[in-house]
Amino acid sequence: MTMDGSPRQRIRRRLLQGGAALALVPWLSARGAERDIADIPALAAFLAGRTPRWERMRLDLPALADNGQAVPMKIAVDGPFAPGPYVRVIRLFSQRNPVPEMATFEFPVAVERIEVESRIRLAGTQRVVAVATLSDGVLYAVGADVVVTIDACMDGT
Amino acid sequence: MPDARVNVPAEVARDKPFEVRVLVRHPMETGYRTDDGGKAIPRNVVSTFTCRYNGETVFSAHLSPGIAANPYLRFFVTARESGQLTFEWIDDAGIRGDERAAVTVV
Repeated sequence: MTMDGSPRQRIRRRLLQGGAALALVPWLSARGAERDIADIPALAAFLAGRTPRWERMRLDLPALADNGQAVPMKIAVDGPFAPGPYVRVIRLFSQRNPVPEMATFEFPVAVERIEVESRIRLAGTQRVVAVATLSDGVLYAVGADVVVTIDACMDGT
Repeated sequence: MPDARVNVPAEVARDKPFEVRVLVRHPMETGYRTDDGGKAIPRNVVSTFTCRYNGETVFSAHLSPGIAANPYLRFFVTARESGQLTFEWIDDAGIRGDERAAVTVV
């Protein structure tokens, strides 16, 4: 079949392509999670072959950050936890910052509400990944993309 | 000038998590900046932050230059007994800071 056709055939072709792309979406997001790990060596080193569950966590970051010097960030892990395992540690990884291990938050005592808010620095448009370790060793993860207009640490790097 | 601002609810309900907000005054120097003379400004960030509740550590954070200047933290702690929350932090230069807040459990 030739690629040119009547306008009708072209529309049909577009629709079919779109449908095929939609079917690929779940597969792509799973692939995206793998890509996150490959893209952030510090994350890969921490995971050391373990696979986190990409669920139950939320990482709120603005899709577009005008200033990378202070980007509001909120991590949450959905409860309930009691009487089961609770969140022990949350680690935050950056794809492009010179220090990829951005922060570690520890909860030595069980808390029913896991929510941490802070302001982070981002050296450019990138992906940020948070990984939570529960008291039974199960890992949960979440990623977020941020477009940064003005990078942090612009001078000197 | 105070080194930190701490915000804890006046009264908290027993066995329920309550919100703690802390803002530490600190430049969080990344180590990638240079001064006017072109000399590198050494890295100096609040590397460790600890929150204790009646002496027991309930939350701690290890921070990097990836945390913005004047680090702000908001987290939750489970209310047990009336008492005191103490906050302590230390930067790369070894300077310590602390702050405290009273907790009234109802």
